[in-house]
Amino acid sequence: MEKFSNNQQMQRQMLLDNIFRVSTRCFAFLVLALLVGILISLIIGAMPSLSRFGWSFLVDSDWDPVGQKFGALVPVFGTLATSVIALLIGVPVSFGIAVFLTELCPNVLKRPLGIAVELLAGIPSIIYGMWGLFVFAPLFADHVQPVLIDNLGDIPLIGLLFQGAPMGIGVFTAGLILAVMVIPFIASVMRDVFEVVPTMLKESAYGLGSTTWEVVRYVVLPYTKTGVVGGIMLGLGRALGETMAVTFVIGNSSRFAVGLFEPGQSISSALANEFAEATGEFHMASLIELGLILFFITFVVLACAKLLLLRLQKQEGKAS
Amino acid sequence: MANSTLSESLNVQDRSGSSSTMNTSIYRRRRLVNAFNMGASTLTMAFGLFWLFWILFTLLQHGLSGINLQVFTQSTPPPGSQGGLANAIYGSLAMTISGTLIGTPIGILAGIYLAEFGQRGWLAPATRFINDILLSAPSIVIGLFVYEVYVVSVGHFSGWAGSLALALLVIPVVVRTTENMLRLVPNTLREAAAALGAPQWKITLYVTLRSAKAGVLTGILLAIARISGETAPLLFTALNNQFFNSNMNQPMANLPIVIFQFAMSPYEDWHTLAWTGALLITLSVLTLNILARWMGSQKTQSH
Repeated sequence: MEKFSNNQQMQRQMLLDNIFRVSTRCFAFLVLALLVGILISLIIGAMPSLSRFGWSFLVDSDWDPVGQKFGALVPVFGTLATSVIALLIGVPVSFGIAVFLTELCPNVLKRPLGIAVELLAGIPSIIYGMWGLFVFAPLFADHVQPVLIDNLGDIPLIGLLFQGAPMGIGVFTAGLILAVMVIPFIASVMRDVFEVVPTMLKESAYGLGSTTWEVVRYVVLPYTKTGVVGGIMLGLGRALGETMAVTFVIGNSSRFAVGLFEPGQSISSALANEFAEATGEFHMASLIELGLILFFITFVVLACAKLLLLRLQKQEGKAS
Repeated sequence: MANSTLSESLNVQDRSGSSSTMNTSIYRRRRLVNAFNMGASTLTMAFGLFWLFWILFTLLQHGLSGINLQVFTQSTPPPGSQGGLANAIYGSLAMTISGTLIGTPIGILAGIYLAEFGQRGWLAPATRFINDILLSAPSIVIGLFVYEVYVVSVGHFSGWAGSLALALLVIPVVVRTTENMLRLVPNTLREAAAALGAPQWKITLYVTLRSAKAGVLTGILLAIARISGETAPLLFTALNNQFFNSNMNQPMANLPIVIFQFAMSPYEDWHTLAWTGALLITLSVLTLNILARWMGSQKTQSH
């Protein structure tokens, strides 16, 4: 009798085990399905614009809701330009911060400073945007821009970048604020990969008489270069998709302009500004297609970043 | 000749040959380069901190004066009249909480699969990869997705749509931390429970997950911190509402969008409210962040 009930209980537990395993599997699958779902829903939503404009959508610079004629050149260019500016400023600074935190910082300060940098990542993007619009842009327009425009605006070729009215807002301001936003992400990845460099390697270089900089440049950096590139790509992924901070300070003009101080538009700012008030089927579909392009670009960048970081992990696994 | 003047100017005592003066100049140059680069590195750190403190300072400067009881008791005003942010605060809280409640269980279960059953097969590595991409995917695209799937089929903007979008942002964060924390649990614990005859679901829920509790909670807190400041996914899901509304099936006011709308407006009194809202949101997000990190450090100390 007792044996029978034991057996029954055993079977019940096995059943529960199976249910548990299958349900966790389902939820893992759900995460996977989420990505596919996003892609499919965006493609379906963008269908009218995809079939009407085709590939010319990518190179057309017209954005005319009244005439129902749409092209993605300006927002795509704005997204890429702001992200490139963000990386040009953000990468050297993040590298410096990572070097400081791993090589120079006294042990007592390591944790508080690390947390402070990570708090910079915690500040919501809308705060960056608001601060950029109300505090940074006026200062920049009054004190920095006129100087730059006067001194650099007349140089041929480079001068073209520095023309425009000193309004404070524009592509450059958006890029600068994005740089501050991506610094914590890139810096924390760099710091993490710098910390996996074996102490033995660094100390042997110091033993040969290297300076700290030489150790960083010729030992740490070569050892971690895939990780560093992965971190930069991760930052790029963040910068590309950032919405609110950019929307506040980029100026929101759908006219094509090369200048750094000209107002522009990024994919995400176009979506944030126009989507809720989109009129007509093609306007809506074109905006969704913009979202699709953004998703595609960030997907590729983030996938590359992830693959690079995975490769570093594998190397580590082999070495140890 | 040039070498000797150089060495004289450097005050080098050793005159045994030109090679040693060469060495000194190289040595000096290396030291100079090192000092310059390390100085630059310290400056970049200062640069990072400078922005953090500047932003926090501005927030306190503009936001602190606006905080009073009215902010928490009255709804958002039309321009020119008195009011507060009560409806926006309520909406933000409601959507953040329900978003967390929807997203967390899904994230934890998916994380359990990755850590406990994910050794073999294609699903686990693929999910891990995709999850890391979703972790940094543009949040505005998540908003578009929820709009396409939920708002269009229901026919109106609503608080639930906002919660759903936030839940989708919670999932990848929770999956990631749950998996990492479960992997830290020593296998001997699992084996001990299995040797006592516990079935796997009991091992996972009552032994593994319980010993990783602090870490998982840290992840949830970080996820809440992330979604409570998110604006972009709410733009086309929850929209906004000028009035107090506790019905999640209707468009709902929320702090980030109210800040966006008020800051972009030309009215001075709306700006003041926007700064106050910004201060409230930043303080709560930073508190959550610090709390999460503190819990994380408690955990590592106890082991």
